[in-house]
Amino acid sequence: MAQPITIRDVSKTFGSGPSSVQALQRIDLDVGAGEFVAIVGASGCGKSTMLRLVGGLSAPTSGRIEIGGQCVSEPGPGIGIVFQTPVLLPWRNVEQNVQLPLVIQRSGNDPQRIQALLDLVGLRGFERSRPFELSGGMQQRVALCRALVTDPSLLLMDEPFGALDALTREQMNLELQRIWLETGKTVLLITHSITEAVMLADRVVVMTPRPGRIREIIEVDLPRPRDFTALRQTAFHEACDRIRLLMNASGFVE
Amino acid sequence: MIGRTFALLYPVATLVALVAIWYGAVKIFHVPAYLLPLPGDVIERIREDFWFLLHHSWITTGITLGGFLLSILIGVPLAIVLVASKTLERAVMPWLILSQTFPKVALAPLVVVWFGLGLGPKLAVTFLVAFFPVLVSTIVGLRSMEREMIELASAVRASTLQTFWHFRLPLALPNIFAGMKVSVAFSVVGAVIAEWVGANAGLGYLLLQANANLDTGLLFAVLVALMIIGVVLYYAVELIERLVIPWHSTIRLQNPSA
Repeated sequence: MAQPITIRDVSKTFGSGPSSVQALQRIDLDVGAGEFVAIVGASGCGKSTMLRLVGGLSAPTSGRIEIGGQCVSEPGPGIGIVFQTPVLLPWRNVEQNVQLPLVIQRSGNDPQRIQALLDLVGLRGFERSRPFELSGGMQQRVALCRALVTDPSLLLMDEPFGALDALTREQMNLELQRIWLETGKTVLLITHSITEAVMLADRVVVMTPRPGRIREIIEVDLPRPRDFTALRQTAFHEACDRIRLLMNASGFVE
Repeated sequence: MIGRTFALLYPVATLVALVAIWYGAVKIFHVPAYLLPLPGDVIERIREDFWFLLHHSWITTGITLGGFLLSILIGVPLAIVLVASKTLERAVMPWLILSQTFPKVALAPLVVVWFGLGLGPKLAVTFLVAFFPVLVSTIVGLRSMEREMIELASAVRASTLQTFWHFRLPLALPNIFAGMKVSVAFSVVGAVIAEWVGANAGLGYLLLQANANLDTGLLFAVLVALMIIGVVLYYAVELIERLVIPWHSTIRLQNPSA
């Protein structure tokens, strides 16, 4: 079951007094159940902060966030998060890393599910490998499996492929799209790659920095499943150009 | 394997060179044996008194190990408590640090006055000398959880206890072992001090006896025994480290094949 996200008039300020920094200012956003939304913006525009608020990892200074009608106050059970780095535990092998959320939540081991997930991301045969034996892309795929193992209705991703090389990144984009199409989860993807955002998302939220605000929301009207030949389509170019224009207008170019 | 043998060649070459300098210096400057015996004489002395030295070495090793284990058994839990409680840390930590600027050797006679000459006071002196590295390293290790790791623990909804058990403690192990390696070397020092202050056996006691009799040969034999104890215990800790945290980069990068 996918869950919708409702963000209402959310602001976030770090610190207090003259040294305080306003990371987010009056954000309003609705993400439909099963929708794929990407958030783009230059570094420091508060996009990661927004993801942390939705994930319940930190609390908004004002405003409210609801997931499936429930107000978010702490990390909920139906959420999977993928971070910028894989943050795998080096003393656990691939399988044990994926298993971690199940162990913590004492929900019982499910070897078949873990195997299915590892198959899904192409890591069959690496169950017993240690994280350090894997490439960066493979490690991030393990992190993706770990986020998916509890079958969350909402997947939050914070620049998950930022550290990967271009080729691995495109491969991961396609895999993510496939997983999303197969499972129908709500996905919130933070990225600073315009191509990645347009390639994957139903809608792209463009943010402007200091303080972080939503500049515009771009609908991407391209058929699914998309692949990188979609790069040649006019709709793709128009969306990319529009986003780039918005980001340039705010004075920050990638 | 060939690489390892060659790696061993370097320290052995250094040893040979040092012994050669020692031998040369004694011969050239005609140093009398009561100041500096010849290397061969020391080896001869160790051979003669082998069982005698082994007996006393055994006693000193026991005190060293006992004090070292106490350092771990008290140092690690104390670090956990101090990391868990900000209040306690603020109250206790400055005094613990201050206590370390103080020469612990000076406390040894006091410990004897208070607790006598048994095994307990010796272990206490060794512990006093050796526990601080374990404490400090464990504190640093328990604090070394990075932001994303903390967020991961939070995102998978780990309780404080689960966060400690599944994240903080394993992450601290490399630091704990680093502290233990310093501590085990300090433990040998602590045991010798303990035996200087009040003992009728052990290598520290033998050192005093040899000193009083100007028996430099025995002095050197005891030094060799202490060196062997220190090295063996240090590598024992390192071996345990390899078995417990084979995943850590300091160990992986040493043997790329593993």
